[in-house]
Amino acid sequence: MKGKDIIFRLAVRSIRLHFLRSTLAVLGIVIGVVAIATMGMMGANMTLSVTEQLSEMGNILVVKESGGGGGGGMPGPGGGGGSGSDEDYIPEDQFRDIERIASKYGTVYALYSESDTIEVGDETRRASIYGLDESVIPDILTLTDGAYPKSTSSVIIGPSLAERLDLTLGSKIDIGDSDEGPTTTVRVVGIIEERGMSMDLNTDSAIIGSEKLFTGIYGGEGEYGQVNIVLDDINDAETVSTEITDQLNKKEEQVTVQDSSRMLESITETLGTMTTFVMAIAGISLLVAAVSIFNVMMMSVTERIREIGILRSIGTQKNEVRKMFIYESAILGGLGAVIGAVASLTIGWVVVLAMVGSTEYFLAPASVMYVPFAMAIGFVTCVLSGVYPAWSASNLDPIEALRAE
Amino acid sequence: MSGEVKGMNDQPLIELRDVTKVYPLKSGDVVALDKVSLSIQGGDFVAIMGPSGSGKSTLLNQLGCLDRPTSGDLLIAGRNTREMDDHELTGLRLNTIGYIFQKFNLIPLLSAYENVEYPYLMKHRKEDDTGHISSLLAMMGIDRSLAAHKPPELSGGQQQRVAIARALVNDPQILLCDEPTGNLDSVTGGQIMEMIDTLNKQGRTVLMVTHDPTIAECAKRTIVIRDGRIT
Ligand SMILES: Nc1ncnc2c1ncn2[C@@H]1O[C@H](COP(=O)(O)OP(=O)(O)O)[C@@H](O)[C@H]1O
Ligand SMILES: [Mg+2]
Repeated sequence: MKGKDIIFRLAVRSIRLHFLRSTLAVLGIVIGVVAIATMGMMGANMTLSVTEQLSEMGNILVVKESGGGGGGGMPGPGGGGGSGSDEDYIPEDQFRDIERIASKYGTVYALYSESDTIEVGDETRRASIYGLDESVIPDILTLTDGAYPKSTSSVIIGPSLAERLDLTLGSKIDIGDSDEGPTTTVRVVGIIEERGMSMDLNTDSAIIGSEKLFTGIYGGEGEYGQVNIVLDDINDAETVSTEITDQLNKKEEQVTVQDSSRMLESITETLGTMTTFVMAIAGISLLVAAVSIFNVMMMSVTERIREIGILRSIGTQKNEVRKMFIYESAILGGLGAVIGAVASLTIGWVVVLAMVGSTEYFLAPASVMYVPFAMAIGFVTCVLSGVYPAWSASNLDPIEALRAE
Repeated sequence: MSGEVKGMNDQPLIELRDVTKVYPLKSGDVVALDKVSLSIQGGDFVAIMGPSGSGKSTLLNQLGCLDRPTSGDLLIAGRNTREMDDHELTGLRLNTIGYIFQKFNLIPLLSAYENVEYPYLMKHRKEDDTGHISSLLAMMGIDRSLAAHKPPELSGGQQQRVAIARALVNDPQILLCDEPTGNLDSVTGGQIMEMIDTLNKQGRTVLMVTHDPTIAECAKRTIVIRDGRIT
């Protein structure tokens, strides 16, 4: 090896001389780097895929009855119980108001919803049942098979429900618990396309029928669970949301408008906290690695006390001795970081595939940045672990060191 | 000569004034040097003799600036080492003092050539492109192929030759030898002594610890230490 930095040469040779020990120390750093990078990438990939799923439906506003309401004991001045906030539904007149405000921005529809027991053959389950205006169903839901419901005895169902209960077009479902009273029998006329998680309407495991079918079973006509607005332009979300709350909540808190951006924010925040936490745990493995580097460096110093004495006696400055050991830990750290980075890209890929289900975002900057991040942490940890051993080596008394055997 | 410390004309190159060195031990303090005063002129060849444990190595370590006196002063070329910091003393060891040990003290991780190259690189911060190191090794009877070996692969005599080459590579004015032939057979020891004698004749100041009176005969002057005192 050429090069005028003979101190570096000594560091390299010392590592090579203790190959096994050095390899184990590097392995520790590799594990730490992989753990941090993998956890970071996993979190980033989760966040990115959730963000995408949610922003796909970022154009949806959900209006719900304001929970708890400010209406104290006093009924509204007009005695209009229908517009008070003590119910847990959105009354017809409010729906009309919302429709009036929002219909120019997109599709507005009200929704009845209930969770109930259903029976298919001898299988009994619970499922969500939605009642929707027949005329809006084709606007908001796409079918993979069959047709939209036209009568009060026909329904369409989500793909997960169909699969789990082996339901096909023409299958019969009994809604309600036959032990508790009469049930309503409906026929499946269509299967809805998979929609995934959504905040307006989770149809994958639900039964969707007409409003008449729903109120026929559960009553409560004109008492909607929620009102959904599908905006034509996602940028109107703020305007529409403000207009609705301004007009409907003039006197007292009647409704709340949820838009998915706020939900996205809170999910991203939760995922971020989780990722940091998991990475901190991964950081513990790096701490263990740091201890092992420290140990290796201390061993290296102890074994080479005499050599340090010789170097000092022939005119090596303290800082050169320090440099020799810092080089040694930096080489170990550098190797660990580089090998760790390569391993992170492979192991991280497998983990992301397994945990997130897709590696679509694996190479996105927000994900892959955890590799250099973990490399830097691993390298710095390693160098820092070498500081004390290096310092103690440089401060050895040359004569004492020369006497060592 | 590089790294030379210019002494004023009649001023001694090395001067010790009441140098005392005490090693504090749990079992009680060991006074290894007791008020030693000594002055050595440039170009001198001094043999330091005395029984084992009398303080010869301690004295040499003081002269080599490896240690500081517990009390008293050490002056090198008129400069009091008490006023120098560790960095300066280390610089003195690199440039002005060549140290030859009984146990050779070569760096096992470096080849013979690299051992000689080491102080050169420390001083010049660049590789030797003048052939200085090779010719120095050749002068010591270490040829090119031998120079590629690591110290443990060399004989004692060869190691000491490499060590002398290392001590000379920065052209030091002062050569300190602590029983340089102590680990060698008499024939090899004789050869080493001839080299040291030659180096003195070339103008270097030599201080050599030995307890072999025949070896001490090479020196111009002999001092004897007993219980840390010059007698
Ligand atoms: N580093 C040390 N710590 C404690 N005692 C020491 C140390 N070095 C030398 N001594 C003691 O000082 C005395 C002189 O030692 P030394 O100079 O090595 O003798 P010599 O070289 O003449 O054999 C001895 O008694 C020795 O035990
Ligand atoms: Mg001795």
